[in-house]
Amino acid sequence: MDRENVFGEGAVCRKKEDAEGNLTIMKKQLYGASEVSASIRRMAEAICREFSGGEGDLALVGIHKLGVPLAKMLEREIAAISGKHPEFGTLDITMYRDDFGDFSRLPAIQETEIPFDVNGRKLILVDDVFSSGRTIRAALDALTDFGRPGMIRLAVLVDRGEPEFPIRPDFAGFSLKVPSDHKIRLCFDPELEIYEIPTAEERAAVGNETSTPLK
Amino acid sequence: MKDLLFKNARIIDPVRNVDAKGDLGVSNGLIVEASEVKDATVIDLSGKVLTPGFIDIHVHLRQPGNSDAETVATGGAAAAAGGFTSIVAMPNTKPPADTVGAIELLRNMAKKSPVKVLPCGNMSVGGQGEAMAGIGSLKEAGIVALSDDGRCVQNHGLMRHIVEYAKAFGVPILDHCEDSSLAAGGVMHEGKWSVLLGFNGIPAAAEELIITRNVLLAQEINWRIHMQHVSTRESVNILRYARSRGIPVTGEATPHHLTLTDECIKKFDTNYKMNPPLRSEEDRQALIAGVADGTITVIATDHAPHTATAKEVEFDHAPFGIIGLETAFALCHTELVTKGVIDLPHLIRMMTAGPAEVLGLEDYSLRPGRPADLTIFDPAEEYVIDSSKFFSKSRNTPFNGRSVIGRIIMTVVDGKVVYQK
Amino acid sequence: MQWTRKDLLGLYDLSAEEITLILDTAEEFKKVSQRRVKKVPALRGKTVVNFFVEPSTRTRVSFELAEQRLSADVVNMQAQASSLLKGETLLDTVRNIEALQVDLVVMRHSAPGAQNFIARNLGCGVVNAGDGAHEHPTQALLDIFTMREKLGSVKGLQVAIVGDILHSRVARSNIWGLLKLGAQVTVAGPATLVPREFESIGVRVCHNLDEAIRNADVVNLLRIQHERQTADFFPSIGEYSKFFGIRPDTMKKLKPETLIMHPGPINRGVELAGEVADGKNSVILEQVTNGLAIRMAVLYLVAGCVQK
Repeated sequence: MDRENVFGEGAVCRKKEDAEGNLTIMKKQLYGASEVSASIRRMAEAICREFSGGEGDLALVGIHKLGVPLAKMLEREIAAISGKHPEFGTLDITMYRDDFGDFSRLPAIQETEIPFDVNGRKLILVDDVFSSGRTIRAALDALTDFGRPGMIRLAVLVDRGEPEFPIRPDFAGFSLKVPSDHKIRLCFDPELEIYEIPTAEERAAVGNETSTPLK
Repeated sequence: MKDLLFKNARIIDPVRNVDAKGDLGVSNGLIVEASEVKDATVIDLSGKVLTPGFIDIHVHLRQPGNSDAETVATGGAAAAAGGFTSIVAMPNTKPPADTVGAIELLRNMAKKSPVKVLPCGNMSVGGQGEAMAGIGSLKEAGIVALSDDGRCVQNHGLMRHIVEYAKAFGVPILDHCEDSSLAAGGVMHEGKWSVLLGFNGIPAAAEELIITRNVLLAQEINWRIHMQHVSTRESVNILRYARSRGIPVTGEATPHHLTLTDECIKKFDTNYKMNPPLRSEEDRQALIAGVADGTITVIATDHAPHTATAKEVEFDHAPFGIIGLETAFALCHTELVTKGVIDLPHLIRMMTAGPAEVLGLEDYSLRPGRPADLTIFDPAEEYVIDSSKFFSKSRNTPFNGRSVIGRIIMTVVDGKVVYQK
Repeated sequence: MQWTRKDLLGLYDLSAEEITLILDTAEEFKKVSQRRVKKVPALRGKTVVNFFVEPSTRTRVSFELAEQRLSADVVNMQAQASSLLKGETLLDTVRNIEALQVDLVVMRHSAPGAQNFIARNLGCGVVNAGDGAHEHPTQALLDIFTMREKLGSVKGLQVAIVGDILHSRVARSNIWGLLKLGAQVTVAGPATLVPREFESIGVRVCHNLDEAIRNADVVNLLRIQHERQTADFFPSIGEYSKFFGIRPDTMKKLKPETLIMHPGPINRGVELAGEVADGKNSVILEQVTNGLAIRMAVLYLVAGCVQK
């Protein structure tokens, strides 16, 4: 395989150099801060359109970890557009996962905080990247243990479009097709961006002689 | 039986104060001058040490009653592998060795042992501590000592009469020193670790109280009382004081009390459960000091075999005791001699002349004309203890996998090689 | 911090970080019991056996409820140590349990270290629900959880544990956990039941109640067993209560916000007066509530590390 073309010609990549001078591609930026912000704003607008007139019933529930800060940003945008703050909650789905005992590292449980009555309410689940749909399946189980919501919708920043369950996002910032063994990550710090991580082998297969543009 | 000629050995003979390079002959089962052997098998012992055969005055052979754990034959084989040529069999068998018949049975079984098995009889009937055993008859049947080991006569009046009576028959007393009301329910040494681990403890005072009693009785009656497996600091101090006053008392230390402490129990391994229990580091150091200054004159193993089934249970429910015959010399040599606590002749004295003195055996030496009971070892060989290779039927040792220095390479009983590495 | 143990045998083995992880995890599990559906599917398909070789009601019920709220399948087994001695060995019994494809064994036993011995020999996870006078880790964790919840932090707290320390697994586990988290521990009670050896690990030992509780933030009272009196550890229950029981007038000697704790079951009028047990400083029932959360957290963490 052509080592330079992991991401395609001229990709903006971050590289890491180890002690022996070998380069490893760490990640490739897909979208920068302004593109991500604009996308979140568009999602907020779409949500407001769909739920116009009934914002009082609306609640955002961010799924740990990155769905939570994303939901926070959405909440601010919605408030800016509609003038009303939707209810806000956080959800950790670890206790509801379908692969308990299969993972090598037991994930730490984050705080679940649903400070409102979910019965009859319109809920929007928020997560950063939608891929298999398994996380959302678990989240639906978790949410319905709190009560009987009137409606649940799903908002994600990135839709990878490869669901393993019959679940689709209702609001998506970006639709992306990348190889299924690559990872897509949302990053808030030091700057807002969405980036792609190739497989470990692909990342290692970049030598000194093949320098691609560095950011 | 062919004559043997051991050449170029370092010969250590504590009774005659010999520690020199030389040769030694064996003919017709007896020690002879090297020049007197005829057509002998010559064995070069350059770099090796030859001593009188080791004596272990504290061995449980479990037969009759628990031959799953050990028999006289397997225990005897283990003794031979450990360099012992004579072992004293404790009487707490089933049935106990408190009758002439039991002693005759043991002497009969002893024919299957490669080493000499010296019977020890109970001092009280059944070892129950309630009535005096038939001491005179037992002596006639061939016992070399009296003991209720595993238990201890609690009634001081009875003990006094036993000592007085035994003296008249010339039988030494080996006592397991333990006050049962203080020790009741205990499974390990009472101290920091029993408190931290939540176990019922056996206080040091349980041993020290009876040692004190025995010192007073030995003084009053002027008869030898030997304290088995001395394990605490004050026991050593009391014994030191008594011996300085000329009271006829002696004491033995086991290799495990000299090398291990109660802290080992924090892993809940039942191979660290024995009675007396492993004591504190302070006690261990006092015991080592007692060995170094001659307060303790005997190394004895308290070889106590138990099957894996018996030991693979909760610590509380496991039987007391570990095996020791096949590890005793290497452990003591490693911990006492190579570390400079005592010199090699001193250790050999504690495994030969010391125990012989307790039993009243005269001239336990390499003098020509004596029975050729010999132990030969390589003081430099380092090896790792592997309990799967033991001759003993049991494997209950905490020392498996431990590195030691000093290996038994040959054991000779009455001129016959009974063990050879 | 990553949990890596398939067994929870005692707090002696754990680091401060591991203890904190359990407490943090328990905070989330505590909320589960406050929901409409008091149950999560985390341990769905896992089988847990509660193997109690010593009678227990409240600890077993707490574990059983915790297991059910994690959606595990639960089987209870009761045995007598004495009958185990006569017939099948403990190891054989537990190996038989494991052969039924059990994932976790929650075990209580009268012999210290019995669970350590079993855990060494089994592939399934083992949670210690009390082993003799050795450890009772989940009880100590729920005690510490309650202290942290009520007082914010455990570090620097003055905790007095009063009663039969010698025979108490609750005391030992509390001591290990509290010391690791930076609390100062005093143990108090009759001299026969409070060994001086605890000083060697940095615990203050005293035999006078007033002295023990003077600056305490927490007073944890242990149940006094009547059979200790017959074994000559102290003259009478009355005398015990007179010198070591907490009465309403004792409360005046405490700081106003001092927590009164007790692992239960309470001997009203012996370790503490009824008014104190029911009083405003008492968090005894909250301990019970928190016990459920702690046990859910422990079972969850341990089950995640059992190799299939």
